[in-house]
Amino acid sequence: MDALLQMININKSFGKVRVLQDMQLTLYAGEVHALLGENGAGKSTLIKILGGIYSLDSGEIWINGRKAEITDVESARRYGVSIIHQELMLAPNLTVAENVFIGRELTTRMGTTDAATMEEQTQRLLDEYQLPIRATTKVGKLNIAQQQMVEIVRAISFGAKIIVMDEPTSSLSEKEVEVLFEAVGRLKASGVGIIYISHRMSELDVVADRVTVLRDGQYIDTVCMAQTDHDKLIALMVGRSMENYYIKEKNYTDEIILQVNNLSAGKAVRNVSFKLRKGEVLGFAGLVGAGRSETMECLFGLRRVESGEILLDGKRVDISSVQKAVSLGLGLVPEDRKQEGIFANQSLRMNTTVEVIDQFLRHGRYNRQLEMELTRKYVDGLFETKYASLEQPISALSGGNQQKIVFSRWLLATRRILILDEPTRGIDIKTKTEIYRTINDLTKQGLTIILVSSELPELINMCDRIVVMSHGYTTGVLEQGEFTQEKIMHYATMEM
Amino acid sequence: MKSLKHAAQSFAESLKNCLGILIGLLIMCVALMLMTDKFATMSNFFNVVRQITINIFLACGMTLVILLGGIDLSVGSIIAVSGCISAGMITWMKLPVAVGIAIGLGCGTLIGLVNGIIASRTTIPPFIITLATMNIGRGIARIYTGAKTIAVLDPSYTYFSTGRIAGIPVQAFMIIIVVAVTSFILNKTKLGRHIYYTGDNEQSARYAGIRVERVRLFVFVFSGFLAAIAGVLSTARTFAATMDMGTSAEMDAIAAVVLGGTSMSGGRGTLFGTVIGAIIIGVLSNGMNLLGINTSWQYVVQGIVILIAVFVDYLKNSASGTSFLHRMGLVKKSK
Repeated sequence: MDALLQMININKSFGKVRVLQDMQLTLYAGEVHALLGENGAGKSTLIKILGGIYSLDSGEIWINGRKAEITDVESARRYGVSIIHQELMLAPNLTVAENVFIGRELTTRMGTTDAATMEEQTQRLLDEYQLPIRATTKVGKLNIAQQQMVEIVRAISFGAKIIVMDEPTSSLSEKEVEVLFEAVGRLKASGVGIIYISHRMSELDVVADRVTVLRDGQYIDTVCMAQTDHDKLIALMVGRSMENYYIKEKNYTDEIILQVNNLSAGKAVRNVSFKLRKGEVLGFAGLVGAGRSETMECLFGLRRVESGEILLDGKRVDISSVQKAVSLGLGLVPEDRKQEGIFANQSLRMNTTVEVIDQFLRHGRYNRQLEMELTRKYVDGLFETKYASLEQPISALSGGNQQKIVFSRWLLATRRILILDEPTRGIDIKTKTEIYRTINDLTKQGLTIILVSSELPELINMCDRIVVMSHGYTTGVLEQGEFTQEKIMHYATMEM
Repeated sequence: MKSLKHAAQSFAESLKNCLGILIGLLIMCVALMLMTDKFATMSNFFNVVRQITINIFLACGMTLVILLGGIDLSVGSIIAVSGCISAGMITWMKLPVAVGIAIGLGCGTLIGLVNGIIASRTTIPPFIITLATMNIGRGIARIYTGAKTIAVLDPSYTYFSTGRIAGIPVQAFMIIIVVAVTSFILNKTKLGRHIYYTGDNEQSARYAGIRVERVRLFVFVFSGFLAAIAGVLSTARTFAATMDMGTSAEMDAIAAVVLGGTSMSGGRGTLFGTVIGAIIIGVLSNGMNLLGINTSWQYVVQGIVILIAVFVDYLKNSASGTSFLHRMGLVKKSK
């Protein structure tokens, strides 16, 4: 069988930094080929070379047995390469058909756009992929999953033979993921080769045929998914076996630090009750929209509580603002790092010290040295955060390193209970283990952790107890020893 | 000693950030020195100081507003409100100068307060809010004066323009004070930090427990208050208040902030840059006056200078801009 795409001995440097060294990749028609590697391993650089966004320093690209000269995005498209980026590139105010034909609109003989034909052709493709989407709908009215389908249809309408999907499931619910995988299946059947980038190992089991592992810009290995397992893949990715991937010891006492009784706030939080023991890691499981994040917002003064009570050390507290929550010793590492966590243009220093300004800036006196010390305390002390200078903007860091900064910010301020909302989302394996280790260390030092997560293995391995939520209600509490994925999903899908 | 070292350090940092426009200013000054005899004289220097005073006051407030991601179009009208009302109180109502000024400042600041309350309690864009209060303010000045000019000749009022301390115009000291106060707020208080955070990402600021509403309110009140002072200074300068004083002054203030490299989308910029920006605008118009360039052309030149400055900034910041510079061989490839 001839390869659809071959990338041979690809080299790429930015200045002195070599980001790809003798990289190779072979993709067959009808194959889903996953790229696996930590942040900074070179996945996105490789993809950008294929898509014509970066030029290569040396190496060859062969497509359909012929040498391809990809010089820019336009030529990549002519070779049938299409990239579906993590952040979708659609115009929300245009219709599906207009988006599919954007930049190459069909015209009538009069020179006006031929909406009817474009809609007809788009609809035919949508029907072919059995997508319940109308070509005349405005894209802004579609949900993320449907928009992704529109991107795929657009790629096909270009005659794409090689489709790259960059973290396509990162913002999809489980049902939507199924729809995506069905579409992927049809693409495979029609002979399209798919390069699939994802951090979610369990997803690769379902969707990928082969995996190429990258590390530090170098090609490590290509393996058949059927002949490997997660541990082997992780070992390939990080270059050593990860025996202690999860680190968890029992650190809790019987003392109840926080008790929540019949908490309600709108439709998202209904009659939520749970207890939190000092030093424990309490997990919160549930599907998207179960009300977990909203419950945390209530605890942190970000959402108005309508009824119910919160007891801290047995005393009723009214957490009406974030300031109040912080003064009571609470901290929250938010779910959406980009929107709710970081200050993109500010320095690492400013991003770390937001909560503790009072310590080094009071009465008009600014103690810069103290601020630097505070910044380094966790950024260097606890995490191996990679950065060039503490004065560089946080947006220059990778997602994992940004998360470490936000984490450090709250470690500086949190005295008692740290709430972590999806702390490892979109983060590479190495940083994940660092975060797990930190969670364990913190509970050892007496901090109490609430861990909201959608990754069941993470909850099962890191928690002392797990609260399961569904449709705003707490539907179950599981003790360690009775954690199974099936049990959690049972409570998570319970209708009240 | 340590704090001195840090002060020097942070000063060096701001110098580095504003290097482009500093060089621009320097070139302009050298060129004007060579082209005219008058430019490099003490009396001309004092002239420039007097000319830029009003704009520095407005631009200090505007820097905070723009750092917060907003804009304040009402400051020009606030000049008219505070100028006309303080003049009316003194000349028409025969109130003591201090009382008249206090009432004028109060009325002007009130408009800032209205801006701040609406901006902090609603999501209406500051552009729209201040566009409305700009019109309202201008209208109030018109109604109050009945379209008449109000002369103010009281020497304790006109001292604000004619006064000298140790031979130096009083305006120089006022500039130093307003810049020092604004710089203190921005760099030495928690509030200043909160302005940067909120302007950068309001949602993150809420999650960090910053009282975003209070920050907003303060910034607009501060901008209104400085504009009100500018109104009094402006009246003192011409010995009279008119309903159309301060017209389009907000544009000069915005220009100074933008020249100083502050990002219109908020969160990025320095007061130091703004001050240099205001000086550039002042020196430019002073220089063109000395060269005898007529007013109509002065507008064109000022516009072009702003375009050049923001274009340089764009080249520095955007990826495509950087690659443009690389293609032109203007900067060495880093990374």
